[in-house]
Parts: sequence; structure tokens; C-alpha cells
Amino acid sequence: MASDQSRIRNFCIIAHIDHGKSTLADRIIEMTGLLTSREMQAQVLDNMDLERERGITIKAQAVRTVYRAKDGEEYIFNLIDTPGHVDFNYEVSRSLAACDGAILVVDAAQGIEAQTLANVYLALDHDLDVFPVINKIDLPSAEPQRVIEEIEDVIGIEAQDAPLISAKNGIGIEDVLEQIVKKIPAPKGDPGNPLQALIFDCIYDSYKGVIIFCRVMEGTVRKGTVIRMMATGAKEEVVEVGYFGAGQFIPCEELSAGMVGYITASIKNVKDTAVGDTVTDADNPCAEPLPGYKKVLSMVYCGMYPADGAKYPDLRDALEKLQLNDASLYYEPETSAALGFGFRCGFLGLLHLEIIQERLEREYNLDLVTTAPGVVYKVYKTDGEVVELTNPSNLPDPAAIEHMEEPIVSAEIMVTAEYIGPIMELCQERRGRYLGMEYIEGTRALLKYELPLNEIIYDFFDALKSRSRGYASFDYDIKGYEPAKLVKLDILINREEVDALSFIVHADSAYERGRKMCEKLKDEIPRHLFEIPIQAAVGGKIIARETVKAMRKDVLAKCYGGDITRKKKLLEKQKEGKKRMRQVGSVEIPQKAFMSVLKLDDRK
Amino acid sequence: MTALIRETAGRAADCRDRTVTSLFFGGGTPSLADIGQTEELLETVRENYRLSPDAELTIEVNPGTVDRDKLVRLRRAGLNRLSIGLQSADDEILARLGRIHTRRQFLDTYREARRAGFENINVDVMSGLPGQSLSDHLDTLKYVLALEPMPEHISAYSLILEEGTPFFAMAEKGDLELPDEDTERAMYRETDRLLSRAGFRRYEISNYAREGFACRHNCGYWTRRNYLGFGIGAASLFDGIRFSNGPGLERYMADPLGCREEPQVLSTQEQMEEFMFLGLRLTAGVSVSEFERLFGCSMESVYAEVIEKNIGQGLLRFVTCRDGDGREEKRLALTEFGLDVSNYVMAQFLLS
Repeated sequence: MASDQSRIRNFCIIAHIDHGKSTLADRIIEMTGLLTSREMQAQVLDNMDLERERGITIKAQAVRTVYRAKDGEEYIFNLIDTPGHVDFNYEVSRSLAACDGAILVVDAAQGIEAQTLANVYLALDHDLDVFPVINKIDLPSAEPQRVIEEIEDVIGIEAQDAPLISAKNGIGIEDVLEQIVKKIPAPKGDPGNPLQALIFDCIYDSYKGVIIFCRVMEGTVRKGTVIRMMATGAKEEVVEVGYFGAGQFIPCEELSAGMVGYITASIKNVKDTAVGDTVTDADNPCAEPLPGYKKVLSMVYCGMYPADGAKYPDLRDALEKLQLNDASLYYEPETSAALGFGFRCGFLGLLHLEIIQERLEREYNLDLVTTAPGVVYKVYKTDGEVVELTNPSNLPDPAAIEHMEEPIVSAEIMVTAEYIGPIMELCQERRGRYLGMEYIEGTRALLKYELPLNEIIYDFFDALKSRSRGYASFDYDIKGYEPAKLVKLDILINREEVDALSFIVHADSAYERGRKMCEKLKDEIPRHLFEIPIQAAVGGKIIARETVKAMRKDVLAKCYGGDITRKKKLLEKQKEGKKRMRQVGSVEIPQKAFMSVLKLDDRK
Repeated sequence: MTALIRETAGRAADCRDRTVTSLFFGGGTPSLADIGQTEELLETVRENYRLSPDAELTIEVNPGTVDRDKLVRLRRAGLNRLSIGLQSADDEILARLGRIHTRRQFLDTYREARRAGFENINVDVMSGLPGQSLSDHLDTLKYVLALEPMPEHISAYSLILEEGTPFFAMAEKGDLELPDEDTERAMYRETDRLLSRAGFRRYEISNYAREGFACRHNCGYWTRRNYLGFGIGAASLFDGIRFSNGPGLERYMADPLGCREEPQVLSTQEQMEEFMFLGLRLTAGVSVSEFERLFGCSMESVYAEVIEKNIGQGLLRFVTCRDGDGREEKRLALTEFGLDVSNYVMAQFLLS
């Protein structure tokens, strides 16, 4: 099989969500003869159930196929699939760094979206050669020529000879394959140099330990090489190297410069194999690590508690297992007066949080109570200390706070002209700072805003979609920290502060949020034998109040011979409902009330 | 009716050595049934079962469905108690409830029943009805209390919306103009006050009787006495086993003795649960010593925590009264407030 560098093509596919990235990947794999269509499970690359359901890629994946081109030569294609969501931007950037070129898939009807642009710019930043493909040309609403012009105007890359395809129906795929050969450069690098390989992903396997996904830039790695991760310092002897078959690992002799493959080395912890780190030969190290390594920081935090307190050890084990495969998941034990023992968990973003939550519930069968997600605030104390606040309950005494800062993102929102008004209004409501607007063609605009991260983690995306009838798309990058007037909003139920319901909010929206929170909780908390005041307070001052009226009647008027079995079921249901409650003082709070803060948008 | 008579005769073997102390002919509108067949059914009971001489034999009667002749024949057939569903003395409200009778028809039925010799009559009334005001309800009660002679027994139900009923669906949509909570509670309180003054005693959540007229049959349900139910979907409790006939009409007609569903053999734990949540419906509550006699362990040993908590919240109380033989006995009963929120209390007596 061909293995010289000139016959290797390392590339990825970039696209906006739903524009057909995974489908095109499937066709490429199918057409290159690796799998027959019967063997193909739809979308080979997205192999987690969740990924398939949500239609997004969460972890990077790679596959190697062989293509016999029209020039008669066989080419090795290494297709590296990139995660498709802003939460995973850093992973995307590392996957791109492992490639030499990229295919840009654009929907023939939708055209360019904010995410398309963000990804293209990211690819161009990594010096990748990008060629466009126009997908879904068989849709009645397809306007390939308009989209081609848009690509040339907006992105500034040549698009006249872009393959017009339908990945779904297998139209035009061969064109794509030929262009991969012609337009994507062969890798460079010298197999004789000291080893320098980029980690773009890793997974944990219970037999092999950590499996490192890497792109070898320089040198060669084989069984027995003692490797060292340059950032983490971890050192191990290589047990196996190989490349990626479809859904399986195929061992081989060695991986040399230009090749994409995997390394196993009895590494027990993914923390040792950080994405973006450089693998080198411990005995003959390269001079410099590859650029671009960043320690991944959690952006969003929340408390996760088992609904059943006795399941705490199960939750701990599950988090431990998930972390084996996901170094960006952070957790540490915490205790809440209201919820008992649980964990403060850190995530890359809200989607990441939701994914972990779903996996814990689905794969590990855990019933969870999740507290309102928050971002990391910086608290500057009067004594000069700076606290990174991940749990609102740990906010220092206000008297000891000099000022606080919150994370800010630079956001780009692409929207059709008619929705510019509503979207600008939304950004304004969310304390956005308008930076500018560019028109793309006559009908679409790219809005640039700076927004506080804590204003977009809850429901910004939903609000954006609903106010633009689904036409707006959105992308953001963390920009940095800025001072802000922040306060801690406390919720008191029956005059007792419920720690798990506290959150940090901008002073100007404290009243509004407090009021909505009280209203929401009033609906969530069932009536008790006594009246329950629900209050929102800032710094001990009550700013909103609602009351759950006392239960006055809970009775079954008739219960004769034929009603008894039914009556018992009714009582059982009532008792079962109580089990899903959390006792705070003398009040029983349903578990879902703790998450109600998430759904305060009144526009729905 | 033919099938029912067949089932009644056919089941007799199940309780050869038992004495029947009450019979309740209800569900649907039994007063519409052909009088000849009703007589035949009662005859079947007498032939096949050992009926106690002072047995309570009740039939449910809807106003306007019986005339003098029918009432006389029912009485002659041995029935000695009537339960008449008045619900409200306001014709407009009756119409809204979809009842076909009027207040006038009720009065006729009641008078004819007295004339036919029924000396134990229950009248059903309802509160919390759509469009009903407090005074509407009080008018109904006063009307019932003004009957000559006054009924021996009154069942006063407050409307409970149950999932799956048309009213429930209407209430969800906001199409039902129900009395507000304060009014509804006032109706409930006033019912107790008014009936007490008239010499009735509330002996169960929704039931009031004059001295000696508590419904023996229904008390059997709450004290878990054995009962056999005949007819479509009819439920039974016999020696710790609950079972019932299937719901299908055709199947029942074809084979009235062969349409029983899977019986449920109650565990000791389930029997304890029932003992508590059924017995607590009675204002007299449950007997502490009877619990111990039935289950071989003290009520405290099973329920100490629940009892203590609910006494602390003013929902339950221990009372001392004299049993049938004049001995003092300790009973656990719901308080006035406990009766209002009885489901809340009863749910805590479930053990699993």
C-alpha cells in the first residue's frame, strides 16, 4: 500500500450544523471502498448514540480510507472529523492543526452561516487549503450559483469549480474525491527528524489504556519508542501504533511524518494526554513543542447531585469514568444544605454540560438534580486576593469584595436583514455591546457584539432562534474578563435560604430575575399544610415575594368497595411524588424546582 | 339481570358457612331494572345465602325512576333501606350536572318511599358543583332537613375532579366555573354544622347519620369485612384476597362466573396499610388493640414515627372510647383538619 508522503491526504470537513458534514463523510468512506453501503451504519464517524441523536459531533474521530484516483494511483485519505459546536472550539482548532486541508460544505439553499464563517476562518488561520463543496443541490430551494458567489464574496476563496453534490443521494461524490487529491496538499515533514506529533484527541479503553489520536509532523514512532508528552511530562513506552479503520483500530509497524494514527502506551489517565500537547521521543526529543497548546478551562459550572442521596458513590464513579474520556470535564465534591452530597462540575459550555448530564442519566442510570449553571467570576478582595468563584454560595462577604469581574465573549451573529431589529434588541437585553455590522450580499448581515458569557449560557441560543424564526446563526469566542456590577441573588423558602438556588446576577436584572424565580417556584412547590413564603433577596434585602398557600383540602370524597384499589394507587402516587422531593427545613421542594431557574425566558 | 342472577346463585358455594349481614344494590341505576327480576334476584339471595334476620338491604334509587307500585314491591321484596341521589335541590344545577331529575321528582319519590314503608333512607347531596354558591348548597341541605320525616342518613360529597372525567377536562381548559376555595371550604364546614345541629353525626369523611343509622354495608368496606361483588366490574374482598370481575358487558353476559380478573392476595403489609387508610376514613378511627389482634404486632411498632409526626401537626389524635362490650379502648383518628387533608395523612401509612 502506498505510504510515501505524496500519496497521503490529511483533511477535515467543515460545515455549519445540518449542512451535511457527516453524510458527506459517510459517502467518502463508502465510495473509497472501505465499506459497502450495506455494512455502513449511517454516519460511521459519529459513533456515540447521543451524537447521532443531536446530529452533532462531540469528540473528534478519524478514519483512513484508500482511494484509487483517475490518475491510476492509490491515495491514503485520513479524514478527521471535527466537533461541530462552539463549546468545543479548542478541540476543533487542534483537529484542524492535524490536517493539511479542509473541505468546506455549504448548503445550497441556506448558504453561509455564522458557524461556517467561524470554521473557515479557523481553518485559514491554520494555513489549511480549503475548497468548497455545494451540498443538497437536489433540494427545490437550492441556489448553487448564488451560494458560489456568496462564498467568493464573503470568504474570498475560489468556488467556481466547487463540486455540486448531494451527499444524501450520492451525487457528485467522485468529484469531491478527485478534488481532495488535487487541491489538498500532501503532508511534509522528515521521518528521520526527532519525533514531533500532535495529539488531537484521545479516548480511554479499559484494555489498552489511553489511546492517543495523533498526527505525526516530524520523525517516526513505533512499538518500543519511549514517548514523552511535552506539556504534561508523562512518559511511557509505546505498546502499539496503528491507523483508523472504520470503527476499529488497525495496528501497523510505525507512524512516520505526515501520517495520522494512534499510539497506545499503557497510559492510565487522559489527563496525561492533553489535546494539543506534543508527543516526542524521550531519548531524542524535538527542540520545540508544536504551537497552540492550551490548558482547557471549564467555562460553565453547576452542581450535580444524585436525586437519591444513596447514589452518591455511583455518581462519583460515573464522573470518574466519563472523565477518563473527557479531560475537559472537571468535578470536585461539594456539599449543599439543601441537596446533600454532590459535585461541582465544570464544562466547556452549556452543550457540554447537557451532554454529560444526559450521559450520566442514560448510560449510568442516575437521576440527577442539577443546579443553575453559572460562569467563573473573578472576585477581587480588598486584601488583594483574587478568588475564582464557581459556586455562588462561596461568594465572600460583600464587605470584603473590592470588585468583581465576569467573562465576556465576542459573538458573531448572522441574520437575514428583516430580523436585525429583534436580534439587536435581544443582544441589548442581554447587556451586549454593539461592535458593528457587515452586510453580506444585500439581504444578510453579520452582527458583532460583545456579550457577558452568563447572559448567553441559559437560553440565548433558543431566544435567538425564536426571534429570527430559526434564521439566525451564532458563534462566539471567549474574549476575557471585565468588571461588572454583580450581586448574589438568594432565594428563601419559608424564610430559610436555599443554597442550591442562589445565583450571581447583574445588579440591574436582579429584581426581574428574583421576581420570575419566585413566580416559578410558586408553581413548582406543592402546597403544604402551612403557608410558605418564597422570597428573593440581595444582600439580606427582600426584593420579591410570592406565597404558596396552605393546603386546605386533599381528600377523596367517595371510597366504597370498588374504589379501594384505585384509592391505594392514588396514595402510592402521592407517596412516590414525595420521594422526588428535597426537604429544606420543613418544606419539601420538588427536584425539578432546582432547575427551574433555567427556564425563565418569558417569551416562550 | 339474568346473568347477575346466575352469578349470585353460582357464587353461593364460596361462603356456605357465612352469614350475610348486608346487601347493597347499587352502581348504575338499579331502580330502573325490571321489578320482577329484582324480586327474583332477592329471592336468589335468600335461597342461596344465609341472610341474617336483621340484615341491612339497600337499593339505590334515582328520583323519578320509581313509582308507588315499584316502591311497594321493593319494600315487600325485603329491601329495607333506600339511597336516593338528590345531589342538589336546584333544578338549574341539576341540569348542568346532566341529571335527568328535578327537585319535584325527588320529593315525589321520597314521599312515596316513606309511604311504601321505608324507614331508613339516605339522601345524597353534593357541594362544590359548577355554578353553585354557598347559599345554593345551604338551601339544598335545609331542604333535605325539612323533609317530613327527616332522612335517617345523608351522604354529603364534595365534588372531586378526577383525571379522565369530562369535568376534569373542562376544568383544565378553564371551562368550568367552580366555587373558589374559600366558598368550597365554607360549604364543607357549614354542612357539618348544619347537620350536627339537626341531630346527625358525621361518622365518615362524607357520611352523616342519625343515631343508629350509620350505613352498615359501607362501614364494612372501611373496616375490611368480607364482601362479594356481583356484576360487571364488581369488586370483592374475601379472606385477605381482592378480586373483581372484568369490565366487559358481553363477556359478563356470556359467562358471569368466568370473568374474574387475576386476584390480588394481600400481604400482611398491604393488609396493615388498608386497615389504616380505610379505617381512618371513619371519625371513630382505628382501634389500636384490633390492629394488634389482627397482625400480632403493635400499631406503634409499625407506625410510631408517622403517628407521632401527624399528631404533632394536629392531623391525628388518640381517643379513648368504649367498645361494643363497654370496655375502654384506645383509637387513632383524624382530627377535623386531618379529615380535610386525609390523603396527605393516609399516604404516609403506606409501607413500601
